[in-house]
Amino acid sequence: MNAKGPSDKLIRGATGDWEVVIGMEVHAQVASNAKLFSGASTAFGAAPNSHVSLVDAAMPGMLPVINEECVRQAIRTGLGLKAQINLRSVFDRKNYFYPDLPQGYQISQYKAPVVGEGEVVVDLDGGGSVTIGIERLHLEQDAGKSLHDRHPTMSYVDLNRSGVALMEIVSKPDLRSAEEAKAFITKLRSILRYLGTCDGDMEKGSLRADVNVSVRKPGDPLGTRCEIKNVNSIRFIGAAIDYEARRQIEIIEEGGVIEQETRLFDPGRGETRPMRTKEEAHDYRYFPDPDLLPLEFDQAYVDALAAHLPELPHARKARFVGGFGLSAYDAGVLVAERETADYFEAVAKGRDAKAAANWVINELFGRLNKEGKDIKASPVTAGQLGGMLDLIADGTISGKIAKDLFEILWTEGGDPRAIVSTRGMAQVTDLGAIEKLVDDIAAQNPDKVAQAKTNPKAIGWFVGQIMKSSGGKASPQAVNDILKRKLGL
Amino acid sequence: MSELTSLTLAAARDGLRSKEFSAVELADAHLLAMEKARALNAYVLETPERALAMAKAADARIALGKAGPLEGIPLAVKDLFCTEAVRTTACSHILDNFVPTYDSTVTAQLWRDGAVLLGKTNNDEFAMGSSNETSYFGPVTSPWRRKGSNTRLTPGGSSGGSAAAVAAHLCLGATGTDTGGSIRQPAAFTGTVGIKPTYGRVSRWGIVAFASSLDQAGPFTRTVRDAAILLRSMAGPDDKDTTCADVPVPDYEAAVGRSVKGLRIGVPKEYRLEGMPAEIEKIWEQGRAWLKAAGAELVEVSLPHTKYALPAYYIVAPAEASSNLARYDGVRYGLREPGGDIREMYEKTRAAGFGAEVRRRIMIGTYVLSAGYYDAYYLRAQKVRTLIKRDFEQVFDAGVHAILTPATPSAAFGLGEKGGADPVEMYLNDIFTVTVNMAGLPGIAVPAGLDGQGLPLGLQLIGRPFDEETLFATAEVIEQAAGRFTPKPWW
Repeated sequence: MNAKGPSDKLIRGATGDWEVVIGMEVHAQVASNAKLFSGASTAFGAAPNSHVSLVDAAMPGMLPVINEECVRQAIRTGLGLKAQINLRSVFDRKNYFYPDLPQGYQISQYKAPVVGEGEVVVDLDGGGSVTIGIERLHLEQDAGKSLHDRHPTMSYVDLNRSGVALMEIVSKPDLRSAEEAKAFITKLRSILRYLGTCDGDMEKGSLRADVNVSVRKPGDPLGTRCEIKNVNSIRFIGAAIDYEARRQIEIIEEGGVIEQETRLFDPGRGETRPMRTKEEAHDYRYFPDPDLLPLEFDQAYVDALAAHLPELPHARKARFVGGFGLSAYDAGVLVAERETADYFEAVAKGRDAKAAANWVINELFGRLNKEGKDIKASPVTAGQLGGMLDLIADGTISGKIAKDLFEILWTEGGDPRAIVSTRGMAQVTDLGAIEKLVDDIAAQNPDKVAQAKTNPKAIGWFVGQIMKSSGGKASPQAVNDILKRKLGL
Repeated sequence: MSELTSLTLAAARDGLRSKEFSAVELADAHLLAMEKARALNAYVLETPERALAMAKAADARIALGKAGPLEGIPLAVKDLFCTEAVRTTACSHILDNFVPTYDSTVTAQLWRDGAVLLGKTNNDEFAMGSSNETSYFGPVTSPWRRKGSNTRLTPGGSSGGSAAAVAAHLCLGATGTDTGGSIRQPAAFTGTVGIKPTYGRVSRWGIVAFASSLDQAGPFTRTVRDAAILLRSMAGPDDKDTTCADVPVPDYEAAVGRSVKGLRIGVPKEYRLEGMPAEIEKIWEQGRAWLKAAGAELVEVSLPHTKYALPAYYIVAPAEASSNLARYDGVRYGLREPGGDIREMYEKTRAAGFGAEVRRRIMIGTYVLSAGYYDAYYLRAQKVRTLIKRDFEQVFDAGVHAILTPATPSAAFGLGEKGGADPVEMYLNDIFTVTVNMAGLPGIAVPAGLDGQGLPLGLQLIGRPFDEETLFATAEVIEQAAGRFTPKPWW
């Protein structure tokens, strides 16, 4: 396969190359304290049915009242996706029966969503980027949860999630590979987290995706798509697409046709399979919810939200590259999470940004990953790491000692400068002391001296000896200078 | 009937304040009357203990000089209003023994103002009907009878129990709801006053929903003044109902007695139906004459889309109902008929829980919202609705203050007489009233006389949005001219 170019997205089949076409519907739980149409709490992990209002349980006569915070968050997300914000949108009812849907309908937005077309620029691993179109974003209620494994013949229903606000973000079918799809969801998640409009926690179900996959020969019209429902990890999204594309290609190449259907991804087996076949196609009988007025706000409201939008990952990355001189790769790593970028900026402020990036990416991230820790739980604060960098910069410690210091900061904490001073970790820059060490070693090893004179590379042996006897504290630069002078190199 | 139960609400209020009698005495008199009138089946639940406790508390507040606007006034509440700790069923089997933990905004405001709950009144199941015959608790029998006949008549519907209770002096006032005429038609059939306020004037929160965009609560009383007093307590903005308007409630009682001199009253030519009984035409004519005599200017107006109102209504209302009633599924409250799986449980529960008329409307509503039919039915009906609204706007823009029409196309009919074979026969009852719901306007029914068989006939006044005051002023002119009508007790 070629290293670059669109051809590496193609899948080789028995009858030639195939292009996979992917669109996603991402359900992102709105970060808000209360549900979309009721005052009940959205806190995760509470006892079943403890966050349920009369509205959420669809008691007779209950009416939905829109939670303005959820609208605000949807608009902010739309702005973050550079999308059209619709000043008038409509809530519709999507009617179907299910025990965890108390109203017998989900309040959603069908024909007139709050956010229209936008885009997400996705940077790819191999360099370069693709722009993925956003079709729309709308607000809707989540359903409750059915628990089928608690009783031999009955199902239990937990309505804590019932009525929680979701943003359904629909992409255009612009994605062409599992890698692009993974990069897209990663970027989207990053944007949501920067905006603070969704915590992006896929394990808790705050972010999940329905993935539409079809295949075609390049240049052909779109093929029939299958929808893989509710995939809840980025890795699974990739695996599901790869499997599904292969499955469809195989069917077509064997002379079959793709049935439009809804499938589920089984992470255990790494395959998709059809969801329980329904007796008839669902007819959701959408119609405008007569309990709710159209959702209307003015441009000034949108402008005020736009004015207070945080810097988003793409802009921040550009600033890290342009302003700090970081490589695109390093900048990309640092901006992926807002907290990481914030941490880095705190360390880099007034210091050598490249050195800061190296320490954050290599040492800190390495250690965090190793111990499975989040940046927010990092034992070493940005202030401590910055203090350590200052000690390196002013020559107090060497880079080597810095690694020891980092270890101490990680395990014991404390003020870097104080640690260096109390534990005698400062590098020896006292030239007299180093000279004495050089003299002693040279006197004891005349053969090595002779060797060094004919082969200057042998000077390394002296450096090693001196560092050893100084406990690593001798300034490497000073040792080199003195050695060269003394040995007459 | 005792003297106390024959008082108007206004007179009872004044009597309580001047301590001519106590709220407990007033409640007692009504509870006794209710007991004697059980043959009417007006109440589906009597709450004597609660009534007496509330009356006692009212007396205490009156003694302290802290009487609210309705202090000690015994009222009946349609069983569509949720009442805290008091069974609320919408007269449906599917809400068997449902006891809400909350009061509707309307009832909460009534209790805030000192009113006393006598009980819950009968209605057509989920307010779907025009004769109170679809109630799971059986029909209400009107306190009115044709001259020399024992035929049981309908009090109208869907708020038949409330209308009958007010007419038979089983309360001083009652709440009703009106989706297509369910306050105005029973008011007209029972010689009582009933007003459906502007859509958004009264909160719908806590009222069992039938058709959300049409439902509106209002009062039944024996006089226009009483309706004004009661509506003031029921109405007002409510944060819990987004469709409830943030418009202050005027002192409606102050509008009663206001002159109608110079008001332009429209008479829509499209309301002159072919085959309409002469007596209806006559009472309408009489109404015009009374208003003219009082100084109003009568003008003929045109509401050209009137004929489309009823068909469009019977698309919009069932559509919304089919969705609103989806929550009655046997999962969380009310009736549950066990089944082998969830689907069977749904089917059995809903088949057993809903009566024939409710099932019919759910099916009609489901059909008109279905893919492939939505545009042809629901969307077109909504367009018709816009045109109906515009008809009214044009008339009001032309300087008309209110519109006078008959309230119903006939007087009360006998139980079992209509709609047996053809449901449309029953739906035609709403022909003069549905337009008002479709346009979201206020409409009041006021008694205007008796027909040849001694049954009450009512006139309807339709007003501009949020101008209930003009309706009260105008209706009172008719009331003054026509007099009041009380059935002779036979029960």
